[in-house]
Amino acid sequence: MSATRPGFQGYRRPDGRVGVRNHLLVVPTVICSSVVAERVAAAVAPIGTALPHTAGCGQLGPDMHTTHDTLAAYCGHPNVGAVLVIALGCEQVVAQHLADAARRAGKPAHIVAIQSEGGTVKATARAIEIARTLVAELERTPRQPCDISELILSVKCGGSDYTSGLASNPALGRVADRLVDLGGAAVLGEIAEIMGAEHLLAARAPNPETAKRLIRVINRVETDAMALGLDIRGTQPSPGNIRGGLTTIEEKSLGATHKGGERTPLADVVGYSAPITSKGLTVMDTPGLDVESVTGMVGGGAQVVVFTTGLGTPTGNPIAPVIKITGNARTAEAMRDNIDLDVSGVLDDKETLDAAAGRLFEEVLAVCSGRDAAAERLGHREFAIHRRNPTI
Amino acid sequence: MNPVIVISERDNVATALEALAAGQVIGTFTVREAIPRGHKVSMLTIPLGASVIKYGNTIGVATAEIPAGAHVHTHNVLSARGRGDLSRTEPAVDEPRLAEPPADRGNP
Repeated sequence: MSATRPGFQGYRRPDGRVGVRNHLLVVPTVICSSVVAERVAAAVAPIGTALPHTAGCGQLGPDMHTTHDTLAAYCGHPNVGAVLVIALGCEQVVAQHLADAARRAGKPAHIVAIQSEGGTVKATARAIEIARTLVAELERTPRQPCDISELILSVKCGGSDYTSGLASNPALGRVADRLVDLGGAAVLGEIAEIMGAEHLLAARAPNPETAKRLIRVINRVETDAMALGLDIRGTQPSPGNIRGGLTTIEEKSLGATHKGGERTPLADVVGYSAPITSKGLTVMDTPGLDVESVTGMVGGGAQVVVFTTGLGTPTGNPIAPVIKITGNARTAEAMRDNIDLDVSGVLDDKETLDAAAGRLFEEVLAVCSGRDAAAERLGHREFAIHRRNPTI
Repeated sequence: MNPVIVISERDNVATALEALAAGQVIGTFTVREAIPRGHKVSMLTIPLGASVIKYGNTIGVATAEIPAGAHVHTHNVLSARGRGDLSRTEPAVDEPRLAEPPADRGNP
């Protein structure tokens, strides 16, 4: 690694991946073990972090796979140093499979099952005992210099207003372009918010096949929405978007798509929570709902998220820092505990987009090296697995 | 600070960076009505059915003739996308829907 290349202090994992956090992940296999998992994680916070969720049973086919694959992806994620699975005992998601996903990535994994342990009290006590041992190990793990090309950056926007497309999204897009120039990767989700701007992204595909895959995913989402017989304007743009001056989904998408860079090639299109294996820009098939979208992109391997907002939003993630940036000076002031970076100077000519992007780039590296993002300081650890089908 | 921003030379609307008042003269047009900060104002007459253009791209079509200086928003612009309520069954882009998502992976 050349001395002049940007980098960060991260955690090198046995499987070769690089993390920016070193969490003990307390994973419930099913909604029924979520409360125990949350209590165990709380006893060893902030290194301990839980993945409370509402699934894990009563699911069929693709939804079951999505739940399992997302939980397994978090167990193998490089921001996680050790895994403690909290099972119930009769659920569909198999605790052993989740522990195996962690072990395949070379990290310690343990299972505590509520039924075989003899109930909530005994299972919680047993799990906390194991958790304390694992955390003591994790606290001794040193950070090491890592090259920026190891990063997968998730780009996200939420609570958009007119400033998003003018300041924060283009600033983030410049960071994504620079990261990819340096050998890294970026991931963009929220298919519904590409609708109306897909031609611009498709034109950046290196081959017609990748462009077609993008268009197919967008058509599927649009067709799914229309199959309900409803008007997508019920949610896109959202009521807050409309108050903020955004009129149509096309307008929102054209502003939103800036955050994926202006020139970075469209390298791949992947399913929800699927591994991001390409350098360049990957589009992931996620819904527009913020927490489900961030959950999927982190599951795909993104170690850090930059989240642009106009109206302000608190969303975090259990294992990845979510950095908030706004181009709205009023939001930067009113919600300053949630906002990491204010780029509103771009709109009143006090700062160029390139200068704002430069500050954001440095912020990303500092957070990857260990500085808490605002969402982490505030304990925002939202997690929600996308579902397409009814619970059976 | 400019009262409005125009993103692309192809655009026919500008975005207000501050609240605009009726009678305010901006470049080649006069503001006709109050326009909230962050909302759009037309820079020239947009005929009924014509594209409303921002970022150099279509963001919807005009549902009425929009005179220069008018507020451009949901009352006079219609999106062309995702309108299941209109029973439109054809996707807006010429690609067939796949039976399966294009990028799936098996259960390990």
